[in-house]
Amino acid sequence: MSNIPETGRTPRVQIRLVVIQILVLSLLGTLGGRLWYLQIRNGSEYAKEASGNHVQQVVQPAVRGEILDARGVPIADNETRLVVSASRTDLLKMKDDGKGVLTKLGSVLGMKPQDVMDKVRLCDSKTPQPCWNGSPYQPIPITDEATPRQALQIRERSEDFPGITAEPEAVRRYPSPGEANTAQVLGYLSPVTDNEIQQAKDTDSPYLRSDQVGRSGLERQYDKALRGKAGVTRYEVDNLGRVIGKAKSDPAQAGSNLVTSIDARVQRVAEYELDNAMKIARTQFDDITGENYKADSGAVVVMEAKTGRIVAMASAPTYDPNVWVGGISAKDYQQLTGKGSDYPLLNRAIQGQSAPGSTFKVVSTAAAVEAGYSFDGNYPCTSSYSVGGQVFKNFEGENFGPISLGRALEVSCDTVFYGLADNEWKKDGGINPKKGQPKDYFYKAAHQFGLGKPTGIDLPNEVSGRVPDREWKQKYWEANKDSWCKTGKKDGDYVQKIAYENCLEGNKMREGDSINYSIGQGDTLLTPIQEAVIYSAISNGGTMWNPTIGKAVISADGKHVSEIKPKSHGKLPIDQKTRDVMEQALAGVVTRGTAAWKFGGWPQDKIALHAKTGTAEVYGKQTTSWLATYSKDYAVIMTIAQAGTGSGASGEAVHNIYDALYGVQKDGSIDKKKALLYTPQKDLPKIQPDGSITAPKIEKYDPKADQAEGEGQQGMPTDNPPATVPTPTSTNRDTRRRTARPKKRRRILT
Amino acid sequence: MTGANNFSVSGYGPERPVWTRIFARDSLARRLDWPILLSALALSLIGTALVYSATRNRTEINQGDPYYFLIRHLMNTGIGLALMVGTIWLGHRTLRTAVPILYGISVMLILLVLTPLGATVNGAHAWIVFGGGFSLQPSEFVKITIILGMAMLLAARVDAGDKAYPDHRTVAQALGLAAVPMLIVMLMPDLGSVMVMVIIVLGVLLASGASNRWVFGLIGAGALGAIAIWQLHILDEYQINRFAAFANPDLDPAGVGYNTNQARIAIGSGGLTGAGLFHGSQTTGQFVPEQQTDFVFTVAGEELGFVGAGLIIVLLGVVLWRACRIARETTELYGTIVAAGIIAWFAFQAFENIGMTLGIMPVAGLPLPFVSYGGSSMFAVWLAVGLLQSIRVQRPLSA
Repeated sequence: MSNIPETGRTPRVQIRLVVIQILVLSLLGTLGGRLWYLQIRNGSEYAKEASGNHVQQVVQPAVRGEILDARGVPIADNETRLVVSASRTDLLKMKDDGKGVLTKLGSVLGMKPQDVMDKVRLCDSKTPQPCWNGSPYQPIPITDEATPRQALQIRERSEDFPGITAEPEAVRRYPSPGEANTAQVLGYLSPVTDNEIQQAKDTDSPYLRSDQVGRSGLERQYDKALRGKAGVTRYEVDNLGRVIGKAKSDPAQAGSNLVTSIDARVQRVAEYELDNAMKIARTQFDDITGENYKADSGAVVVMEAKTGRIVAMASAPTYDPNVWVGGISAKDYQQLTGKGSDYPLLNRAIQGQSAPGSTFKVVSTAAAVEAGYSFDGNYPCTSSYSVGGQVFKNFEGENFGPISLGRALEVSCDTVFYGLADNEWKKDGGINPKKGQPKDYFYKAAHQFGLGKPTGIDLPNEVSGRVPDREWKQKYWEANKDSWCKTGKKDGDYVQKIAYENCLEGNKMREGDSINYSIGQGDTLLTPIQEAVIYSAISNGGTMWNPTIGKAVISADGKHVSEIKPKSHGKLPIDQKTRDVMEQALAGVVTRGTAAWKFGGWPQDKIALHAKTGTAEVYGKQTTSWLATYSKDYAVIMTIAQAGTGSGASGEAVHNIYDALYGVQKDGSIDKKKALLYTPQKDLPKIQPDGSITAPKIEKYDPKADQAEGEGQQGMPTDNPPATVPTPTSTNRDTRRRTARPKKRRRILT
Repeated sequence: MTGANNFSVSGYGPERPVWTRIFARDSLARRLDWPILLSALALSLIGTALVYSATRNRTEINQGDPYYFLIRHLMNTGIGLALMVGTIWLGHRTLRTAVPILYGISVMLILLVLTPLGATVNGAHAWIVFGGGFSLQPSEFVKITIILGMAMLLAARVDAGDKAYPDHRTVAQALGLAAVPMLIVMLMPDLGSVMVMVIIVLGVLLASGASNRWVFGLIGAGALGAIAIWQLHILDEYQINRFAAFANPDLDPAGVGYNTNQARIAIGSGGLTGAGLFHGSQTTGQFVPEQQTDFVFTVAGEELGFVGAGLIIVLLGVVLWRACRIARETTELYGTIVAAGIIAWFAFQAFENIGMTLGIMPVAGLPLPFVSYGGSSMFAVWLAVGLLQSIRVQRPLSA
């Protein structure tokens, strides 16, 4: 290197090198500046854009809480089903958009390939059902009824089924413990609608697309608690939508369990007895209509008298709530709600209202006492009561002579109440009272008994019943007078005559209205639950409780227990003395009154029962049977439409329910071990440390055990069908009750 | 070096101890430009981490082995280092005599690309694929041979002391020498490389002391050509849009615009310190295409933030700064021209590459020196480092 001559540096080159150096440095400076601009100055903006780029959320539905009976027996729980789902993102990555895989899947599941493909397409305005309206990143369920064999096939050949999963998932189930169906009380679920999602968007419990929402019954009432909170996992996805990491994960919070006051065993007894009573009623001949009783619907309520908690509530006709699980078919839905159906979805205990008949007389009695009539006074119980040419007959024309109000309750004497009501009507100013003159004791009492408005039970869509007071009459007349005046004819048939009269003075309280009203006829409407509240209140000393079914909401981990305390909505308008004498009279109904013939052998000295029968006339139909009863612990109300008299249709059934509750044997002895619920269940079921709730085993209700009354046994059906079939069958005829009943009995009912 | 120390047996005898020899004023180790070497090494190692981060999840290209690209990038760096050592050992002056042969070989190779042996990668027909996953991008080496070739021609008479500056004929010859491979590369078409070569030619001409007329003439010709292409509609609109999409991604939203946009989001979201190595969601999510090669800077931007990405620019700055010093301090024009060519090459390629990820330069398929994954590029830049070192090593001690 020393051989090479030194040439020296020419200034031009040297200057140019400096220029190059400056140029290079300024280029790098430019890069640095731009980098600063992007990262420091606008960094947050790009960070936001970046996070929006690659986060997708996947929703894991929360397991819905169970509904348990008072002892912890699940009456609504979840079963594990094998759900086969397809991941759209995986399918779309395939060359044929997953068609091949879905076709293969269809053959495994026994479905048409097109049906499978329809299920995974996304809903939009042009796509008809079936289609998927959830998030495209969510696995889309193809079926929830895969057999273990199908699931195994899919799992074992996972390389043949990319993007397809077969996983067990929790699906609602109504297990009917001990065959207690409880359908209408439980209600049902169906998928959330777009509207609901919109409405609940900004509340503290928004819906997810995949949510099932309680539509009626407890499922609806306690929907929020039962539903829990769906888990949302935010996944980071790559440019092709593939998951590359978890960003944020809110785990699913299982829904809380609802402990109810329902006792599944008592529920089963109530359902069975209601159904059985209806079947028997259908074998009875109705002298008035000249055909057998239709007994087309009915309800029974068993309520804790001291708290208003519901121990059992059954409504007939009923249905199997499991038809809703996994989506109801159009055919099933038509059968449940269509015009030809007998509307089994209705919970007739809270949604069926009818004239209460003589069970209403406790209200009238209280009103009479309030109006100043002595309970122990002498009131003529004549065979009929005539007003202006109209004759109001006592039931079957019986005549008991002058009797006290208590005795009038016992024997259900109508004419006593006719007289009292008529008297008050006249005092109130008759058909054209002066303003402010009417005291309306009988109507006021009804309102004070909480009638004409819902009881506030923790079930949706309770109806209010009706008190046909002056105010109601005015409103009703205003609403209907046009059609009445149009169709009414002075000399027409019965309906036309009534319309004519209504047109003229339907807004006025007529003498006949008040007389009919006093025995629970006419326009008065009550629900079974209202009766239960009233009779419980008489039992407990006057407190009218809001009926409750929910007893406690217990979080899934068992750590948070929020008890639902019953609330009262008032006191009966009777003093303690009146209550006591009224109770004596109602006990008399059981021992020597209208219900006595059905409660033979009852250990009244040990467990005092009180009852009031009712037989309400319904225009164009057979009579509605009512039986309202109570002990110191329970009130049991049963009603059956078109079934004849209260005691005749329901007496035996209610008797059986009490037998089951208290363990009363056929010989009248009490076996507390066999009693289902000798005293109401006070404590909540035991919660295990892991949050699970132990459920005792349930024994099937065996009606034969306490119905072995000797005669007529051979006619009993040998099986024990669930109380779901309202149609009478020939095998149900001629049960022992029919043959056991004395042919010639005195019907002193009402 | 510690190993060498162990062997220096208690220092008696006429021989100087090993460490003394290594640290002697005239030793090779003392005369190497360590800042360049260390910066280049640091860039290569940072590149290794970034390439790994960008490819560990890309199963479709890493053959299921997340370390596939990491190992190969390290191997490339190692081979690059060896090539550098070889170049220093040979010396740039020795290479000067071999320039015609090297030039011939490199032109042969790029011609091969045009034969059926050539392969197209990412739209550029610029590759020769060998078996076993090895491939070569000859245009990378052409950059070196253009520098060496032009330097040889331009410096020959100046270094011989005949002239102060290269005359017009020499300049014309040198331009001709550069034009041949540039035309071939343009045919591939690998416009990115052609752009780099144009800048190299410009740098070489500047450093050679060629008259201003040549320099400005060349710049003017380039500008005129660009205007002609623009005005005469030689390019289709989509091609122009593609070119301009760096400034307005909407012009080519699915192609270049997407790249630019995602790259900018990745870098912008990095902030001051970044998401942390391997934690960038844009990178992990593979939103930026070609992230291990042309868009490797976005990984640094997202995961290492302003600090890390800035460090890369600073390290490149160190390399270029030292290279400028080498160019200025060497006494022969040949060395100066070679160094200047390398500076132009590195500077432009770095500016273009980082600039396009930052959205201030149009998108072109150029690797970021040392950092981007790619064997040919890595070998070429380390060869260039070897040339720079050789120029520095062989300058007079007094300088």
